[in-house]
Amino acid sequence: MRVLVTGIAGALGREVATRLVARGHEVVGVDVRPWYHPPDGVRVVQADIRKRPAEDVFRTMRPEGLVHMATVTHLTHRSRERFRINLGGTQAVFDHCNAYGVEQAVFVGRHTYYGAGPDSALYHTEAEPPMAVHAFPELSDLVAADLYAGSALWRYPVIDTSVLRLCYTLGPLRQGTLAAFLRGPRVPTILGFDPLFHFIHEFDAADAIVLALERRLRGVYNVSGPPPVPLSVIVRETGRTSIPLPAALVRPLLGRFGLPKLPPGALEHVKYPIVIDSTAFRRATGFVHAYDEDATMSAFRGRPGDPV
Amino acid sequence: MIPASLIPLPTNADIARRVERIELPWNRHGVDPFGIDRAELARLYTLLGFFYHRYFDVKVYGAHNVPPRGRAMLVGNHSGGWALDAVMVIASAFFDLEPPRLAQGMAEKFMQRMPFLAWFTSRIGQFTGLPENAVRLLEEDRLVLVFPEGARGTAKLYRDRDSLVGFGTGFVRLALQTGAPIVPFAFVGGGEAIPTVVNLYKLGRMIGIPYVPVTPWGAAIPLPVTLQILYGAPIVLEGNPHDTDDVIIKHVDRVKARIAALIVQARELRDGKRREAELDLS
Repeated sequence: MRVLVTGIAGALGREVATRLVARGHEVVGVDVRPWYHPPDGVRVVQADIRKRPAEDVFRTMRPEGLVHMATVTHLTHRSRERFRINLGGTQAVFDHCNAYGVEQAVFVGRHTYYGAGPDSALYHTEAEPPMAVHAFPELSDLVAADLYAGSALWRYPVIDTSVLRLCYTLGPLRQGTLAAFLRGPRVPTILGFDPLFHFIHEFDAADAIVLALERRLRGVYNVSGPPPVPLSVIVRETGRTSIPLPAALVRPLLGRFGLPKLPPGALEHVKYPIVIDSTAFRRATGFVHAYDEDATMSAFRGRPGDPV
Repeated sequence: MIPASLIPLPTNADIARRVERIELPWNRHGVDPFGIDRAELARLYTLLGFFYHRYFDVKVYGAHNVPPRGRAMLVGNHSGGWALDAVMVIASAFFDLEPPRLAQGMAEKFMQRMPFLAWFTSRIGQFTGLPENAVRLLEEDRLVLVFPEGARGTAKLYRDRDSLVGFGTGFVRLALQTGAPIVPFAFVGGGEAIPTVVNLYKLGRMIGIPYVPVTPWGAAIPLPVTLQILYGAPIVLEGNPHDTDDVIIKHVDRVKARIAALIVQARELRDGKRREAELDLS
């Protein structure tokens, strides 16, 4: 299959591209970021997915498959720009898919779609609406991109579209929201709260994306790895120290004294769990995660003496 | 409840061994897929063991009516100014059943908002009372504890201690949907332990809880009295979980009548008007 991967230069994008080539697919990537030495068989076009050069890739390559990973998820990014990339980019990509005859499109979204809050249930299923957008407006572009991608199922019914709601990734690549949160030796936590965190090994996540493409998956699916683990266990098993701070104190301190500059809504994600049910995805694709929670945490931690 | 995660409460070795016998899918860290932590449970039951065996005089009848395995719902009345009844039923399911079972309550929403309480209740499997949570737990063949009176039930004053206020209908729909048998139970003595004279709702709202119960001695610290738990025979409901309320309410009334009859028996037993051999738990 000829496959176009947007956001290919990201850590997960590279893993997906490498796997696709190894399985005999032809891969072209589009990303504003460079990938200097891609493996043989991977061609990278450095372009913005909303611009003409990106459309030209669709026109000349005529991909049969598409993996859309070009969404900005880190919250420190200026939000107006984020909004444009995440929504405008997703719209452009699906329009091109329709115009240039893509048969299978995979949108890689996030499980944070469901939102975290004191009254949300454990193990969300795909039918649930996003419940916490009001508490965390900074996530609204990702939620909207997810729903927009899902709407391709009825707008472009000839394209088999799958929307994957992927839980946090963790592993040796040390990229992503959870890895960024655990980057330092000291991890800020909210005093009196210890939520479950749901994560998947980066390699398992890449395998799941490839599987969705190859199995011609259609519909919205949660993707998770092993069962969730309390934040305190993650902090302990990755060799970090938690710094519990009262919630009232954390808000004014965000962005100061080395604490990340996060919107207040992000605190809900450190207080309450977002746990997803991936039964439907496993049933539809036969996906089985290869790395359990311990292997994933120790892969992220690395060898003793590795820089933290 | 005391946040055991913060205070290094002692763990009794025998109780920790008994916790190992609770049939839940623990991982290597002693945590189940819902985040229930075996070490926290051992701390909890060590603490509860003191109150259950020494502080209160807890008398349990009909524990054989609780299925040893598989999904089931314990459905009973609230008695006492706060959920002392839930705490004692959780203790009873652990100490009196063979093998021990974890009764998972359907808690009030405010508990997840309170620091430490949110932490502790999450680790001991007492989750917010959402239908999604209840369905999932029952489908995993767990024991779910429900008080259909809700917070209105704990707010009963001393004079109303053995009455029943309005029941919600959700538990019947859950039972019909999951095919879980309902084990009705009566809890009597909570009103004597915590005789509420007045509930302060405004103060409660200020600190983020439904209300603050006040007893003749001020704080709602329970007296060391006799508490009785009567488990009735399981009721298996049949019908459509999506029936209209007027159909569902008939099932609710059936369960409510059974609980009311159990309360009467517990009361008579307490007042010496009935002997244990004369109990009808069928």
